[in-house]
Amino acid sequence: MNNSSDLIAEHYSALSSPEAVTSGLASVGYISNDDISTAVFLAVQLRKPVLIEGPAGVGKTDLAQSLSRYLDVPLERLQCYEGLDESKSLYEWKYGKQLLYTQILKDRLNEVVGEAGSVSDLTDRLSSFEDLFFSHQFLEPRPLLRAMEQPAGSVLLIDEIDKSDEEFEAFLLEVLSDYQVTVPELGTIRANVPPVVILTSNNVRDLGDALKRRCLHLFIGFPDAQREREIVKARVEGISEDLLTQLVAFVQNIREQDLRKRPSISETVDWARTLMLLHADSLNEDLVRRTLNVILKYESDIDSVSNSIGSMARKAASASEGKRLPSGYPSFT
Amino acid sequence: MSAERTVTDFVRALRSADVNVSTAETLDAVRAVRLVGYDDRGLLKTSLRSVLAKSERENESYDRLFELFFSRKKSERENEAGSSDDKSEADDTSEAGAPPADFMELAQSGNETEIEMAMEQAGNAVGLQDIRFSTQVSYFAQKMLKEMGVEKMESELLKRLQEHTPDGDEAADEMINARKQMTMRAIEYAKRQFDVFGAGATQQFREEYLAEKRINEMDRSDMERMKPLVEKLAKRLASKHSRRKRKKNRGQLDIRRTLRANAGRDGVPFDVHWRQTKKDRPKLVLICDVSNSVARYVRFLLLFLYCLKDVVPDIYTYAFSARLKDVGKHLDTSLDGFEDAMQKIMTEAGWGSTDYGQAFSDLKVDHWSQIDRRTTIIVLGDARSNNGDPRLDLFEEAVSRAKRIVWLNPEGRALWGTGDSEMLRYQPHCSTVTHLATLKQLERAIDDVLMHYS
Repeated sequence: MNNSSDLIAEHYSALSSPEAVTSGLASVGYISNDDISTAVFLAVQLRKPVLIEGPAGVGKTDLAQSLSRYLDVPLERLQCYEGLDESKSLYEWKYGKQLLYTQILKDRLNEVVGEAGSVSDLTDRLSSFEDLFFSHQFLEPRPLLRAMEQPAGSVLLIDEIDKSDEEFEAFLLEVLSDYQVTVPELGTIRANVPPVVILTSNNVRDLGDALKRRCLHLFIGFPDAQREREIVKARVEGISEDLLTQLVAFVQNIREQDLRKRPSISETVDWARTLMLLHADSLNEDLVRRTLNVILKYESDIDSVSNSIGSMARKAASASEGKRLPSGYPSFT
Repeated sequence: MSAERTVTDFVRALRSADVNVSTAETLDAVRAVRLVGYDDRGLLKTSLRSVLAKSERENESYDRLFELFFSRKKSERENEAGSSDDKSEADDTSEAGAPPADFMELAQSGNETEIEMAMEQAGNAVGLQDIRFSTQVSYFAQKMLKEMGVEKMESELLKRLQEHTPDGDEAADEMINARKQMTMRAIEYAKRQFDVFGAGATQQFREEYLAEKRINEMDRSDMERMKPLVEKLAKRLASKHSRRKRKKNRGQLDIRRTLRANAGRDGVPFDVHWRQTKKDRPKLVLICDVSNSVARYVRFLLLFLYCLKDVVPDIYTYAFSARLKDVGKHLDTSLDGFEDAMQKIMTEAGWGSTDYGQAFSDLKVDHWSQIDRRTTIIVLGDARSNNGDPRLDLFEEAVSRAKRIVWLNPEGRALWGTGDSEMLRYQPHCSTVTHLATLKQLERAIDDVLMHYS
């Protein structure tokens, strides 16, 4: 226990406090918040996986990618789907290579077994080949195994775990609690340096209690205006302060409307990029109307807000005006 | 020592509020607390949250309880950090057995922390963590006062009063005052403890009670509380039925998939794929009687199924009184808009005298194609057709087209077939007929419907 936590402390020493996590992530362009940083910090210190839930597009997957960039360790990504099984997630034998090698060996079979006197002698010789074929050389490691084998640690991202089957979830328990995997032919493979494990879920189905109990839980919701501004600023180069303020104010406002799918951070960023391409430096009703489909993905949502776009755009525009001009200054549309 | 105690107490409070915390998680919480310490309250809060609360709903309960619980712990901690380190240590170990400080001295000392500690100690001694109802507050407060030695003071007080000296009277007044103050403090303390340990349990109790209460006996305030409860029950069903189960058809080789999977091995079938049949997705056709007598039940059925929308996307809702109307379009809104939708449904379909036969023939004319072999028809109504023709012929035809037909009747069994009720004539054709009086029965009925698709 102590040994391994020392090891972790050594390998992921960059994550020694929540503040260090925040600044570290910021250095690779991921704007964290207290919840996120604390969860990552605890995950490393307590040696536990983090289960991240939240709406799509709020940066769940991105957190894992940013962590791996910051720690400078490889990212092993396992995308879950219905029917995912061990051979896709853990390891697979390279059947083709095995077959090829047997074909090649066939020609030289006589040389090898030629001098074998008795049947038992022959069997011994052949069984030594079997070991050869079921060795690491013929093993195709999949993400879980690869993550365990990284000498300097890694970030293991198990994406959309809720899409996998319950059987797979149960199978994951061994991996997540002991950081070891079992390959029957080879034995148990243990991670020298346990990976930082991040699981994400979009709540397609409720996860099992056993899995939740083994994980730290982190909910990432929609960001507040301050954080959203920072994120857009970090992601979209050269965006003007005015546009940034108006854009974020508008998106924050539209999230409070009654929508089927509320826009996430990724949509805000996309929208900011779109507006940059259009050389816009402030929002107006017409511009919003033309580009609304970047942030709203359902026709019914676009319809339902179309009446209030004008007032929302004005409100957003005044958000930046308010900073420079006295309130009550007539805003343009 | 005290870190563990604090954490386990907090875990108890969480459990009472319906947040499931396992022993393993409690251990994690202790480790987390050791790591982050108590000094940074915000850090403590986020740390414990990630360890203890494992869903959005649990996060809410957690946040509420954390504030309640740790505002209480704060004064205690400050005291521990101060001069009386050894004393609190001693208190912790000897707990109930420790002789309480002299009641009067304590009351007059004016030392907030000491009083608070005495309250805590007395509270532990009388088992205040087991408080479940707000009506128990004063009972527990009395017990706490007793624990703190109020009786000894009272006998002293009587003695003083009998002396009839100015000195004695003055002392007696002081005692009465002190007693008053301490009683108030005790009640206040017990109330706070109730918020932490009892409020969640009361909520649970109320929910159980509501789920079993007859829908037609509910008043307005009950109806308001029902909404979150319906959501909760529906969510439970949703997670139960959300997985589409696949059945393996062993014995039938899926040649196409097998060849594809083994192409890399020269077509040698190492890896064999069998044919699978996918289970049908549920498709529900609701036929709701929205005449006065049944309208209330329709509300709950629709709300319930509305919450199941993710699991059962194929729901066709028809409402009728005199004529059958397709009202599904109104329900395509957010949950907040549900009341409006109900209103629209009632104005569109809730007029005229009920006619089941007409409803079935309207269904035949306009929506017969919706009924196929994966459809379950749910009829909600009392089958009181005002002596009109029940059109059993059409009903029978619907039965033969559909997978199952389920009748939910808000009337008790004894009333079926009485007066203009045609229930007994419809009944032989139905897959099941259920008496629907409470939310629990509704949950069971829907569960049963979905069960036939897995």
